[in-house]
Amino acid sequence: MRAPWRYLAALVVVAVTLLPMLFVILGGFRSNAQLNASPAGLPDPWLFDNYIAILTSSNFWLFLVNSAVIAVTATTVTVVLGAMAAYALSRYSFRGREGLYTLFAAGLLFPIGVASLPVYLLLKQLHLLETWYGVALPEAAFSLPVTIIILRPFMAAIPGEIEDAAAVDGATRLGFFWRIMIPLSRPALVTVAVLAFLTSWNGYQLPLLAFTDQAHFTLPLGVATFQSQYSQDTASILAFTALSMLPALVFFVFAERRIVGGLVGSVKG
Amino acid sequence: MAVSTLVADTRTPATPATVRRMRRPGSRWELAVLLVPALTLFILFVLVAIGVAVYYSFFDWNGFGPLNHVVGFANYLKALADPVFQGAIWHNVVFAVLSIVIQLPLCLGLALLLNGRLRGRAALRLIAFTPYVVSEAITAVIWLSLLQPDGVVDQVLRAAGLGGLVHDWLADQNLVLYTLFVVITWKYIGFGIILFLAGLQGVPPDLREAAALDGASPWQTTRRVVLPLLGPTVRIWIFLSVIGSLQLFDLVWIMTLGGPAGASTTMATYLVDRGFRRYEFGYGSAVAVVLFLICFAFALVYQRFALRRDTEGALR
Repeated sequence: MRAPWRYLAALVVVAVTLLPMLFVILGGFRSNAQLNASPAGLPDPWLFDNYIAILTSSNFWLFLVNSAVIAVTATTVTVVLGAMAAYALSRYSFRGREGLYTLFAAGLLFPIGVASLPVYLLLKQLHLLETWYGVALPEAAFSLPVTIIILRPFMAAIPGEIEDAAAVDGATRLGFFWRIMIPLSRPALVTVAVLAFLTSWNGYQLPLLAFTDQAHFTLPLGVATFQSQYSQDTASILAFTALSMLPALVFFVFAERRIVGGLVGSVKG
Repeated sequence: MAVSTLVADTRTPATPATVRRMRRPGSRWELAVLLVPALTLFILFVLVAIGVAVYYSFFDWNGFGPLNHVVGFANYLKALADPVFQGAIWHNVVFAVLSIVIQLPLCLGLALLLNGRLRGRAALRLIAFTPYVVSEAITAVIWLSLLQPDGVVDQVLRAAGLGGLVHDWLADQNLVLYTLFVVITWKYIGFGIILFLAGLQGVPPDLREAAALDGASPWQTTRRVVLPLLGPTVRIWIFLSVIGSLQLFDLVWIMTLGGPAGASTTMATYLVDRGFRRYEFGYGSAVAVVLFLICFAFALVYQRFALRRDTEGALR
């Protein structure tokens, strides 16, 4: 394909992707009067009140901390448990191993989007509604399949000579797991951690069912609620939305390689 | 010889287990330590959740009284006979079909255009992928603002002399589904492009050259050589896209709540609306089971007829 067309296509993709986000960020610097007069205009003058109001008074920080606590817990649990299970499923031979792996892998067919109501009913029975771990633990459980599917082949491919050498030096198999397998699997572990974090951070459906008290809300839930509560105050909504986008975007810029590589890699198998 | 045995040992772990066990005692205990935590979590929240849903689906239950009113399959029959739920299934199918008919050619076309030497390729990759990283909830709120009556979209259309196209994007029953589809496309198209670009990297350049030497036009080369090699990536993309369409919730719930008048209800919004907001837990569970079975059936059929070719190719 000729280069000019290629650049035109690239330009279109970039514009279509960025303009809506740019509108939100710039809109946060405008007043409602400015927004009503010309929705697509630029800030004139630039106002910082919307952003300052949200950063100083609103529940923004609370939602941010709630999201972080839940996402970090879900990620830690799924990576630790997933790595242990993947190690057993890749480096031990025992009866029922393939069946067990199939069981975990089949979990992919039952994503949390389908499971939200059953999980909600379960949490209700266990009295885990309105708790952060009541959301983090199911999220971790539903991230286990993809974690194990990515980690198992990676761990299986680490040469047996290394394990034998470690055994000669007196390492137990659990010691080998901890001291050698974990450090060697770091790239794969980072990939699954990033995937699990993103899934939890962006999760909306389960927090929606599990939390009714605003003090427990996560960022996606907070954004949606803010939008419906202040539907007349577009400028504040835009500022709130822009600030809520920021953590994911910063995280993405730093972990871009892992996220894109991980997603594309895990999809392509 | 020793080396090859060791390598074989790791590649196919179903080898001399007895040797291992003699050398490394206590493996049962170790297996329990390694597997039980993950298994417990998985069974509790995934398998038991399915079981609980199936169990409740046979009851008429609002979540508060005693669980004693068994209704058999009545909940299932009621759901399947409800025009709103039938509409919801239809809307999910529309989303899935539109993705394949519109998003797939769009992603493929853009990926083909973008494939090749391009300055700023890394930046493009970064930018194209950003909407995928932003949550559906935030995407929904962004587009609610953009699509407001007399909002940005309307203003831009009028400025471009296309004022006649301005509509009640989210309030028009005949339009709302397509408006939502455009937003979904905005969020997920970058992922598709990046996926196909990665797939295109795997097409050996000598194949294109060989085709060109044989007198194939660029279009013929693309059509007969490149696209077939991209087959596995396309089939996986279709799978993810259909499963995603069947579970659509966040975006629809925030933007329209399934309205107006049920015009954009999906299976998942119907599920949350009936099961959760109206406290019809037995009925909601039946809907959850139906939704699960539909996804499961699609996955099995697709695996059997489309993906099998890929795994067969890998084995050969």
